Amino acid sequence: MDATSTSLDRRRRAGAPAEAEDSPPAAGRPDLDLDVVAAPSGHRLWAALRTPLGATAAGLLGLVLLTALLAPLLWTGPAEAIDTSNILAGPSAQHWIGTDALGRDLFSRVLVATRLSVLLALAATGIAVGVGLILGSAPVLLGPTAGQAVAWLIGVAVAFPGLLLALFFAVIFGASQTGAVCAIGLAGAPSFARLCHTMIAGVMGRDFVAAARVGGIGRGRVLIRHVLPNIAEPLVVQATMGAGSVLLSFAGLSFLGLGVKAPAYDWGRLMNEGLSGIFIHPLAALGPGLAVVLAGLAFNLTGETAARSLGLAAQGGFVSLARPQRPARSAGPAPAAVPSTDEPARTVLTVEGLEVAFPGPAGPLRPVRGVSFSLAAGQALGLVGESGSGKSLTALAVAQLIEPPGQVEAKRLRFAGTDLGALGPRAQRHLLGTSLAMVFQDPMTSLNPTMRVGSQLAEVSRQHYGLRRRAAWRRAVERLAAVRIDQSERRARQYPHEFSGGMRQRAMIGMGVMGTPRLIIADEPTTALDVTVQQQVLDLLRSIRRQDQVALWLISHDVSVVAEVCDRVMVMYAGRIVEELPIERLRHDARHPYTRLLVAAVPDMTTDLTAPLPTIPGRPVEVGQTPPGCAFAPRCPLAGALCRSSDPELEPDGADGRVACWRAGAALPGSEPAEAMP
Amino acid sequence: MSRLEFDHVTVRFGAGRAALTAVDQVSLTVPSGQIVGLVGESGSGKSTLARAAVGLVKLQSGRVLLDGRPVPTSGRRPLQMVFQDPNSSLDPRMTVGESIREIIPPSLPAAQRWGEVRRLLDLVHLDPARARAYPSQLSGGQRQRVALARALAGRPEVVIADEITSSLDVSIQGTVLNLVRELQAELGLSILFISHNLAVVRYVAASVAVMYQGRIVESGPTATVLTRPDHPYTRRLVAAIPAGPRSGPAAAAAGDAPPAPASPTTPIRPPDPSAHSPRSLP
Repeated sequence: MDATSTSLDRRRRAGAPAEAEDSPPAAGRPDLDLDVVAAPSGHRLWAALRTPLGATAAGLLGLVLLTALLAPLLWTGPAEAIDTSNILAGPSAQHWIGTDALGRDLFSRVLVATRLSVLLALAATGIAVGVGLILGSAPVLLGPTAGQAVAWLIGVAVAFPGLLLALFFAVIFGASQTGAVCAIGLAGAPSFARLCHTMIAGVMGRDFVAAARVGGIGRGRVLIRHVLPNIAEPLVVQATMGAGSVLLSFAGLSFLGLGVKAPAYDWGRLMNEGLSGIFIHPLAALGPGLAVVLAGLAFNLTGETAARSLGLAAQGGFVSLARPQRPARSAGPAPAAVPSTDEPARTVLTVEGLEVAFPGPAGPLRPVRGVSFSLAAGQALGLVGESGSGKSLTALAVAQLIEPPGQVEAKRLRFAGTDLGALGPRAQRHLLGTSLAMVFQDPMTSLNPTMRVGSQLAEVSRQHYGLRRRAAWRRAVERLAAVRIDQSERRARQYPHEFSGGMRQRAMIGMGVMGTPRLIIADEPTTALDVTVQQQVLDLLRSIRRQDQVALWLISHDVSVVAEVCDRVMVMYAGRIVEELPIERLRHDARHPYTRLLVAAVPDMTTDLTAPLPTIPGRPVEVGQTPPGCAFAPRCPLAGALCRSSDPELEPDGADGRVACWRAGAALPGSEPAEAMP
Repeated sequence: MSRLEFDHVTVRFGAGRAALTAVDQVSLTVPSGQIVGLVGESGSGKSTLARAAVGLVKLQSGRVLLDGRPVPTSGRRPLQMVFQDPNSSLDPRMTVGESIREIIPPSLPAAQRWGEVRRLLDLVHLDPARARAYPSQLSGGQRQRVALARALAGRPEVVIADEITSSLDVSIQGTVLNLVRELQAELGLSILFISHNLAVVRYVAASVAVMYQGRIVESGPTATVLTRPDHPYTRRLVAAIPAGPRSGPAAAAAGDAPPAPASPTTPIRPPDPSAHSPRSLP
């Protein structure tokens, strides 16, 4: 059924934040560390400057600032030299864009005016940001009641058009240079106030602010030490872009005669003077106009570049990669789309040598490195591992849900008797859509919040089975009842937010069983749920599996959840399966030291209360920093020289499991592993 | 050390008919030098109770007392809290040393503060040289230990630990739990340990209180509550504990049991607590 294509399409459409948790391309937990390692802010800025946009922005801004700095020193002479013999002359070799009413060279004047125009724009921006920051942070300092009043004021001020405010203030302050700076600054303040207010409210809600307040830190210090540093980056970006538009407004005010007064001159005044002769010497007005455009662009593009470098930081920095070629999935020996003879008929899923790679700053990162397993109808297989071990990516790769720039390769990837790599995109979608169901951690983001639950389920039947509207709805109601949702007729007409967390998760499973799935992949299906609700969801998965002989692949960080539902379990570490064994052997007869430590580290209702819990020393390997030998060797109490130099293969362990360890089954030091701190 | 007492505490959000009573007349005592566990499902009011104790949420009525006196809300705070998610409870722009130093009471001379930071880091088994690291350079477990060190920097008499292991990986959870027990034993702290995980609470807390829909429905010594639960909700909670990997074949056998016809509880219309059908104990 179709949970795959619908819920997955939805994942793509919505770009929901929570799904980023489990799909690393969008900075899930594995990437979080990765981007810290990969992209310090200096690097990010440098990388941003090397893009065409960044280079243009930096070049333009450099040019404008350099002109502002040097032009008054170099060209004040020609700009102020009165030449009565050459009044209002047109362009010539001597005067590129002509002269003004006193015969002064206009090109020099445009260049010299750069300094004043830019300085005034920056001053006005400074006022706008400063006043905005004060207003925006007032709610924090004044407390809720007065803060609410300030917030309303900001709201009212934002509703006025900026130009109207600027003119209003310009009249109040009088037509002078300072007056214009104040007018434009104050006119820009409301939008910055709104921005700061929103960003500050966001930071104030974070736990570190609560922690500081519990620690007895006053509001003012919380604001300065914790809040401002955390909003500085976006604020600077916004201010840079704001400077561009302030420059424009300023030119406007001067043009109207409300800004800079003679004998001083900025671009606005030069345009004003040139306007009278625009039909004779258009360049006299267009020259300064062009300067305004260029300088405005310089600020805007710089802001844009900075914003992009900040935004992209969350995705691991700038990485350019050629369009990934179609992964060579069909490289396996089996001929395409023909049920192979060397696999048992009941096998639903065969995975061999599955690899997932993402481009990284220093060569591709491989969060999944050669995973092989198979799953038969009616079997329940668990996959456990710590966050960042690659378990969710393995599931996404099998369901063909890894998005570029991620790449999936496998020697063999067969589902329901068909080689997935050999199918066209349409056939593949149909097969996965009808025979594979997927259940994700957070049902709130997998269900469309604007659609009735029943309609979402019915959509599946209509799309993949061509059922009529009414029939599809009946089926949806019937399936909701099948996943034990009471009053399914009424519930089907409700929206996801009217469901509790456990009901949403059951509705997701219901969507999965709208058709007749051969395989259900459940990725942390109970992690977001309470214990009592978790039990209901696990019961449901168990009974579906039993009734319909569906294969179940349950992925979890929680060994006890897997132990309750599955018959076999795979343990994943640093992108590889390190052990696979029947669940009955997990407790007493696991061979891999990681498995044994993992099982021992989780307290349960029989844990000895007098001894400290066994712990695994060290920390998990980061993607891209896998050591040459066994990835677990640096944390392993048994590791020897061989472990550090070569990586063991996953091989039969002599009983009915597989293990990848040179010292599989060797006794751990002490009967229980020793307590060790990193 | 000190005794923390909640005396008929009520917390209400919103006003008028839309008001939601998150904590309803809760009375609970954390005796001096003991760890008390507080369990319950999400939305039961555990975290609100914790936030009310440290002054992050206003009380509608009732009192929070420390040794019989109201908890001071300004100056040195004898009550400190450790939050669930160390990614969000540490300022990403500050080194962990600065974060800890900030909370040290002003009475300590400035010259001795860095020494105190190093001592605290050592206390939570982190290399004192890590004081210069930013939170992003530490693992989740290390961050949570920094958060504990920061709470201890305020020289608290009582610490409230709100789901401090639930965002950690199982392999790291153990080190933090060991640390909590160790700190309690060494410093004689009183700790209110909030968790939804009964096995974790059983491991650290001598006594436990069960919260359900804003009320404490059952409390007592952990062993008693977990083996002979009295309230229907507690029974359901105990019955829902996954059997765990250690029970081995028994877990698989339990898998054959027919699923319980449990009806879901929705926040919109919670069922009458007394209506729960008691299930047999595992």
